[in-house]
Amino acid sequence: MSDLFDDPTPGQNTPVFTVSELSGEVKRTLEGTFGRIRVRGEVGRIFKARSGHLYYDVKDDKSVLACTTWKGQVSKLAVVPEEGLEVIVTGRLTAFGAQSKYNMNVEEVAVAGQGALMALLEKRKKQLEAEGLFAPERKQALPYLPRFIGVVTSPSGAVIRDILHRLRDRFPRKVLVWPVAVQGKNCAAEVANAINGFNGFTPGGALPRPDLVIVARGGGSVEDLWGFNEEIVARAVAASQIPLISAVGHETDTTLIDYVSDQRAPTPTAAAELAVPVRLELLAWTGEQGARMTHAVGQSVQQRKQRLKDMSRAMPKPERLLDDPRQKLDILFDKLPNALIRGVQNRRVQLSQKSAGLRPQALQQLMARRHDKLISLSSQLNLRTTSQNLALHKERLEHLSKQLDGLHQQRIEKTRQQLDAAGRQLEILSYRATLDRGYAVVRDAGQLITSKATAAKASALEIEFSDGTIKLGGAED
Amino acid sequence: MTQTPVEEMSFELAMKELETVVGQLERGDVALDDSIALYERGAALKKRCEDELKRAEEKVAAITLDANGNATGTTPLDAG
Repeated sequence: MSDLFDDPTPGQNTPVFTVSELSGEVKRTLEGTFGRIRVRGEVGRIFKARSGHLYYDVKDDKSVLACTTWKGQVSKLAVVPEEGLEVIVTGRLTAFGAQSKYNMNVEEVAVAGQGALMALLEKRKKQLEAEGLFAPERKQALPYLPRFIGVVTSPSGAVIRDILHRLRDRFPRKVLVWPVAVQGKNCAAEVANAINGFNGFTPGGALPRPDLVIVARGGGSVEDLWGFNEEIVARAVAASQIPLISAVGHETDTTLIDYVSDQRAPTPTAAAELAVPVRLELLAWTGEQGARMTHAVGQSVQQRKQRLKDMSRAMPKPERLLDDPRQKLDILFDKLPNALIRGVQNRRVQLSQKSAGLRPQALQQLMARRHDKLISLSSQLNLRTTSQNLALHKERLEHLSKQLDGLHQQRIEKTRQQLDAAGRQLEILSYRATLDRGYAVVRDAGQLITSKATAAKASALEIEFSDGTIKLGGAED
Repeated sequence: MTQTPVEEMSFELAMKELETVVGQLERGDVALDDSIALYERGAALKKRCEDELKRAEEKVAAITLDANGNATGTTPLDAG
């Protein structure tokens, strides 16, 4: 029974903790032993709680360290942890007794070396590019001559001075500087806020809305320029309705903002050059245009004047206009009488030529010719030929009528023979021949009687024999 | 030809049109009456450009911000 209870046995003096006592002991040991430490690893899963606290893992190939950054600490982080990022976290190790777990409270996050930074930048670049934020068609054209230029940079230092100097040289304009931290942990948020702020100005508002924004910073290390690689900056630039020139670092430094901006300038000075044209050149150009215009108009009037002069010179004098026709008239007038005479002469010649052929002799000759022709034609027209023709036709007619007669005679003869034959046949078949052999034919008033009954009724009978007919009874003729 | 009033034109547009006008006048293929109107238009454009160029003024101000980073006003900036 006694085994069931913890009954201290001699020699067994191990102290007994409550769970909470142990938890507290472990927590104290962890915090006391390690103190403030730095741990290097890759950021794993990240969870941002609604409370604002940040929970994430930092791991290597074998182990995982649970990390927490409280809400109040998150805003002070220079680098917000991102999954896959190689970091060095600084903080204190502690334990969470309620779950028998230990974790690290992180106060600082730093990217572990330049390689890791570059990898992170590459990753962001790929992501934004995939979203189409670098697409050329997203780029806005810069205004030719902006009225207000907004500059997002540090208000002190060489950068703003360089920009203002170059602007003054080229074309002095109104410039609004939005002061920002250009490095450090506030940089990205301030730059993004400035870009959004300029875009938020309404045209005609208390503060003039710039029609061009320059985001500028001088050269520096990758870490110094890091704020311009942050996503919030890139997204603010992409969202900007105002055309934006980025000029961050030196020519060789390319930050994320350069990919998203409408135009990238290698240096802040170059940004000022891209922003405005050269005023004096434009003034000279305008003057030249004016001069050319005046010259062109003068030239145009001069040319027209010259042409008018040339044309009026080419125009004949009015009194000379009639000279030619007048001369023509004179010549024609001269020719007129002669022409009449010549016309009559010409006609006379024609008349005599025509009348030459008109003589009685010619008529006689013509008649003689016609006469000869008549004779020759009538000679061909004699009677002999006609009578010959007639005789020929008569002969033919006789011949044909003979033929016709013959044919007719033959036909009659043939018909007669047929008739005779038929007559003979008829004789043979006639009842009269039967009468010769002793038969008789009895009739009553011409009607043939063939039976005794009919005969009895008959009023008179005629009996025909071969040699004649006798009447029996009836009225005598 | 519908013409934008010169006063409403941007500097760049005014420049472009002035160039066109000069070109037309120099080619000399414009009727005399039209060329006078064109010249007047050109002169107005030139004046518009010159006014803009003369208006070159330098004024530099920095934006003042409140605690939340919102713009509250401007203060002259002397950046040397």
